[in-house]
Amino acid sequence: MEPILTASHLKKTFTLSQKQQKLEKSGSRVKVAVDDLSFTAYRGEIFGLLGPNGAGKTTTLRMIATLIRPDSGDVSVGGVSVLKDPATVRNRIGFLTSELKLEDFFTPDYLFGFFASLHGVTPEVAAARKAELFSRFGIDRFAQVKVANLSTGMKQKVSLVISVVHDPDIIIFDEPTNGLDVLTAKVVTDFLEELRSRGKTVILSTHIFSLAEKLCDRVGIIIDGKMIQCDTLEAVQAGESLEERFFTLYRDCVGEEA
Amino acid sequence: MRMRSNVLTVMKKELRRFFGDRRMVLTMLLPGLLIFVLYSVMGDTLVKGMMTPEDYVYTVTAEHMPASVQAMLDGADLPLTVSAAPGGDADAVREAVREGTVDLYVVFPPDFDSAVAVYDPQSGTPAPEVRIYYNSSSSQSSGAYSVMTSLLDSYESALANRFDINRSTDTAFDLATPEDTTGMFLSMLMPMLLLMLLFSGCMAVAPESIAGEKERGTLATLLVTPLRRSELAFGKIAALSLVAMVSGTWSFLGVMLSLPKLMGGEEAGLVDTGMYGVADYACLLAVILSTILVFVSLISVLSALARSVKEASGMVTPLMILVMLVSFGGMLFPNAQAGTLGYLIPVYNSAQCISGIFSLSYQPVEILLTLLSNAALTALLVLLLARLFNSEKVMFKR
Ligand SMILES: Nc1ncnc2c1ncn2[C@@H]1O[C@H](COP(=O)(O)OP(=O)(O)O)[C@@H](O)[C@H]1O
Ligand SMILES: [Mg+2]
Repeated sequence: MEPILTASHLKKTFTLSQKQQKLEKSGSRVKVAVDDLSFTAYRGEIFGLLGPNGAGKTTTLRMIATLIRPDSGDVSVGGVSVLKDPATVRNRIGFLTSELKLEDFFTPDYLFGFFASLHGVTPEVAAARKAELFSRFGIDRFAQVKVANLSTGMKQKVSLVISVVHDPDIIIFDEPTNGLDVLTAKVVTDFLEELRSRGKTVILSTHIFSLAEKLCDRVGIIIDGKMIQCDTLEAVQAGESLEERFFTLYRDCVGEEA
Repeated sequence: MRMRSNVLTVMKKELRRFFGDRRMVLTMLLPGLLIFVLYSVMGDTLVKGMMTPEDYVYTVTAEHMPASVQAMLDGADLPLTVSAAPGGDADAVREAVREGTVDLYVVFPPDFDSAVAVYDPQSGTPAPEVRIYYNSSSSQSSGAYSVMTSLLDSYESALANRFDINRSTDTAFDLATPEDTTGMFLSMLMPMLLLMLLFSGCMAVAPESIAGEKERGTLATLLVTPLRRSELAFGKIAALSLVAMVSGTWSFLGVMLSLPKLMGGEEAGLVDTGMYGVADYACLLAVILSTILVFVSLISVLSALARSVKEASGMVTPLMILVMLVSFGGMLFPNAQAGTLGYLIPVYNSAQCISGIFSLSYQPVEILLTLLSNAALTALLVLLLARLFNSEKVMFKR
């Protein structure tokens, strides 16, 4: 197994505003969102970060995607540090979340070309990839329709396609099926499996146990910013369902603190 | 190489968004139209009410000042200082009135008092005439003229019309040239008009493009690509400036072309936009373009700090009021001087340059300082914008 992404001792603290402090019911000004978190993902696998809301999954993925900088620790993406060379890292990964949106005014066709150009993909290669991906996801018929006029499912498919314009080796996906209808969710999970079969690495976050059980080769369970357990799916399950196992771990974890 | 192509890619997309959207194009062109309407109303009021400082003392040069009028002046405590004409060089004094060093030139007939005393209004012969030369393009001269004529008018009626004021029809008593009138009028009106026009043009595009993208979450989509933050900042500001320049130039052309008609001044010889040469228009264009760069980058930086278009508009409004005050100041005091170094102060320098160009009283060094200072400020603001795009606190603020 060839390690392709290594997160080591990631830590991220946010300073909360007064309003947030009330919202989080927290007495302290600072929130440790990610706390000394390490894991490794290997080439050709789907790695899942599993944890409840507020556990720190999005924050972790954002640090990997170079959108925010860790307070300490580092991530090595194919040997490149997110701290030292964020631009190269950005070119090697595809990053997608349901919060990332496309501008309403443009057509899928135009946006594909636009992002391909930003990623330095030559027009010929981009055209070939566009033809393949658009037909794979049934976008061809809507290629010239403004994003504003697309259905939610079609928008999500276009976002997915655009996040892989540059054929990255690593795809990072925050809550891949959040807010999707079952049909689109299936299209997305099928695509993730297809990417794995082509030797790509997928790192996703989810709070849905069944999704992790269905897709992931290995999972890391995050509670309160800490990596509680990180292993193959079977090893983490330890004969139970992932859900049962999670609550056991959760009780242990919270009990420890109490 | 990559740098340039990324900037171009970002620019092209911005331009496409604005010029491809009918509603956006309308929003861009609207401010020009609005100000155009406002302007036609304002134009009239302005011509009438050119202001002179409260405590101003008019300089009057008089020839053959009669004892009677002198006595009246002494008794009336008017804001006038009257001096005798220097050795009868009438042309020199008239020139001084034209140039504004003397506000009024009054010529009485020799022996005015005795001529008036013996004149019989019934006789049919022309009455002794007082000639008053003034310059209607100078508010001071116009002020002095009305003070002097009302004084003499009341004297005249007291004397039962035994003399006339400016009766001769073959003499031009108003020494203003059409150029003076146009120049003064435009130099007072244009700074405010143009700056507000340009500002609203910039305000129509920048918050939408920066705060709007942030609000809708599409900016984050850009930030995960290898696009550098400086490229994004540069591309956005360049494209937004281009858009603002198109709308600014459009509105400016409209105003310039409709100016003479609006004033009803073409026939009256009041407005003559043909007095400006190619160099003047080139300077004006350069000042306009550099002002747009400053406005666009200022508004962009504020928009990047805002979380939504609405918040951005709220942040930009105080800036707009400031620009309005500065340019309005330029209108009230067209000749205010903060010295040449004042041209290093953004916005103020634009207002002064525009005023100077329209009154044809500008120095190349002033334009140069303005362009340099505006370019430097824009460069700084582009860097700042790139930093803001790079700041997770600003970009992912909750
Ligand atoms: N930009 C931010 N400012 C302040 N607090 C934040 C910010 N982003 C995340 N947090 C806090 O950090 C914690 C982890 O958040 P997140 O990574 O979004 O969790 P998850 O994705 O697992 O639901 C939460 O308590 C959240 O409120
Ligand atoms: Mg999350």
